[in-house]
Amino acid sequence: MRRRWIILLKLVLWLLCLSPVGLLAWKATHDELGANPLSEVTLTTGHWTLYLLLITLGVSPLRKITGFNWLIRFRRPLGLFAFFYGCLHLMTYLWFDKFFDVHEIVKDIYKRPFITAGMTAWSLMLPLALTSTAASIRWLGGRRWQALHRLIYASAIAGVVHFWWLVKRDLTRPEVLAGILTILLAFRIADRMIATREQRHAAVVQS
Amino acid sequence: MLIKKPSDIPSSEITPKSLYMNRRKFMGGAALFGATVATGAYELSKMAEPSEVVHGNTKLTTVKSQYSTTETPTPFKDITNYNNFYEFSTDKYEPAQLARNFRTSPWQVKVGGAVAQKKTYDVDSLMKLAALEDRIYRHRCVEGWSMVIPWVGFPLSNLINQVQPTAKAKYVMLTTLMDSSQFPGQRPGLFGPPVLDWPYTEGLRMDEAMHPLTLLVFGLYGETLPNQDGAPVRIVVPWKYGFKSIKSIVKIDFVGSEPPTAWNKAAPNEYGFYSNVNPNVDHPRWSQATERRIGEFSKRKTLLFNGYGDQVASLYNGMDLKKYY
Repeated sequence: MRRRWIILLKLVLWLLCLSPVGLLAWKATHDELGANPLSEVTLTTGHWTLYLLLITLGVSPLRKITGFNWLIRFRRPLGLFAFFYGCLHLMTYLWFDKFFDVHEIVKDIYKRPFITAGMTAWSLMLPLALTSTAASIRWLGGRRWQALHRLIYASAIAGVVHFWWLVKRDLTRPEVLAGILTILLAFRIADRMIATREQRHAAVVQS
Repeated sequence: MLIKKPSDIPSSEITPKSLYMNRRKFMGGAALFGATVATGAYELSKMAEPSEVVHGNTKLTTVKSQYSTTETPTPFKDITNYNNFYEFSTDKYEPAQLARNFRTSPWQVKVGGAVAQKKTYDVDSLMKLAALEDRIYRHRCVEGWSMVIPWVGFPLSNLINQVQPTAKAKYVMLTTLMDSSQFPGQRPGLFGPPVLDWPYTEGLRMDEAMHPLTLLVFGLYGETLPNQDGAPVRIVVPWKYGFKSIKSIVKIDFVGSEPPTAWNKAAPNEYGFYSNVNPNVDHPRWSQATERRIGEFSKRKTLLFNGYGDQVASLYNGMDLKKYY
C-alpha cells in the first residue's frame, strides 16, 4: 500500500472517529440534545467507546482474513479513539453525575456492580493507551508489550458487561455487542487452535 | 521418516488456496462491514428524527387546585418528547413519533370486579364525572430524572365512589390497552419475547386509590393528553415512581388481593408493588438519593414520597418501607 493512500485513509479514519463527538458538540450548541442533554452525552460517549473497542478488536481478524497487512496501521489510532471516548464517558460520570464528590464516587464503585465493571474497563484501557508509542514497544520488548496489550480483551468484556448490567429492560443493544465480541474472541481462539495444530502437524511430518 | 499419504482426490478437484482464501476474505469482510454499517445506520436513523411538538389538542375547561406545587412546570416540549412508553418503544424520543396515529376515539373504560355498579364508560362521559382540575405535580422516574407536570384531571375517588366497591374490594387493578397493531413494543423482540408481559397492569391499595392526590388524568397544559403521554386517560400517583402511573387505561378492576403489576413481574427484586419514591431505598443497581430535574444542570436531592410525605406518609404507618419497596 502506498504511503500516500495510508495517509489519506488515516485522515478519513480521524474524521470518522471524531464525527460522533463533533456531532455532540453541534447538537449541544443547537439545543438538539433533547430533554436530558447530560444523559445523552453520557450514553453517546459510552456507546462509541464500545463500538470503537470492538472495531479495534476487528482489525487483526480482518487483516488475517484479507491478507491486507497494512490494516494493522489503523489499529493504534482506533484503540486510542476508543480510549478517548472512554475518557469522555468517564468524565461525564465524574462531573455531571457525581460532581467530583470523591466519597460518593468511591461508594458507587464499591456498591454498584455496573459502575465497578465500567471502571474496570476504563482502568484496563489506561496502561494500553500509555504504552501505545513505538518507544514503549522497544522499552518493554515486543513479547511483553503484546502480552500487556491482551488486556484489551478483558477491557472489552468488562465494557460490554457494564452496558448489560445498566440497561433497565431492553437488552437488544448489549446483546448485539456481546454477540460481536464473542465472534471476535472466538476467531482468535480458532486461529490459535489452527496454528497449534499446524505446528504439531509440521513437527510430525519433520520427525 | 517421511510419511506420504496417497491422495484420493485428484489435485485438479481441489479448490486452489488463493480462491478459498478469497472467499474467506470476502465473507469475513462482508460480516464486519455489515456490522459496522448496521451500527452506523442505526445511529444515523436516530439522529434524523425531528423532535416535533404536537400541540393543538382540544382545550379543556379547568379549575385551579390547592394540591398544585408552585414549582416551574417543565416545558411542554420536554414532557411530550421524553417519554417512557414501552408499548411504543424503549427509546425515550420515539414514542412522540410512533404515537402520532394512535386511535384514542372511540375509547371505552370497563370498570368491574368487586363493585355494585359494573359499568363501561365512554371516555368522553368519564371525563364529565367531576370538575377537571389543573394539578401541577412533581413527577419522579425510577431512572433518576424528574419533571414538574401540569396535569388535568380529577381524583380517582370520584369514579370509585360512583361504582361503589363492595367489602371484598381491597385493591384496584388497572390495565392498559393491548393492541400490537398500534403498539409496536407489544410485538416480540429481536431475540425473544416482548420486553414486558403485556398488557401493562398496575395496582393500588384501596386507600392509595382513594387518596385525594391520586388523579384520573385526561390532559396536560390545559389540553387533552398528547398520545405519547398516555391518552386518552391515565392515572397519576405523584408520590410513587412514574411507572406506577399507568397510561391509556381500558380496564379498572376492584380485586381482593394484591394484583400483578408489569414491572414487578419483570424484575421483582427491582420494582416492588408499592414503589414509593424513597431516597433511602436504592434501586438494586443504582442510587435513588438524587435526581436530575429535566432542564437543570445540577442534581437535586430526592425527597421521601417525592415531597408529598405530609399528605401520604400516614398511609404507610408501621410499614417497613425497605421491605415493602
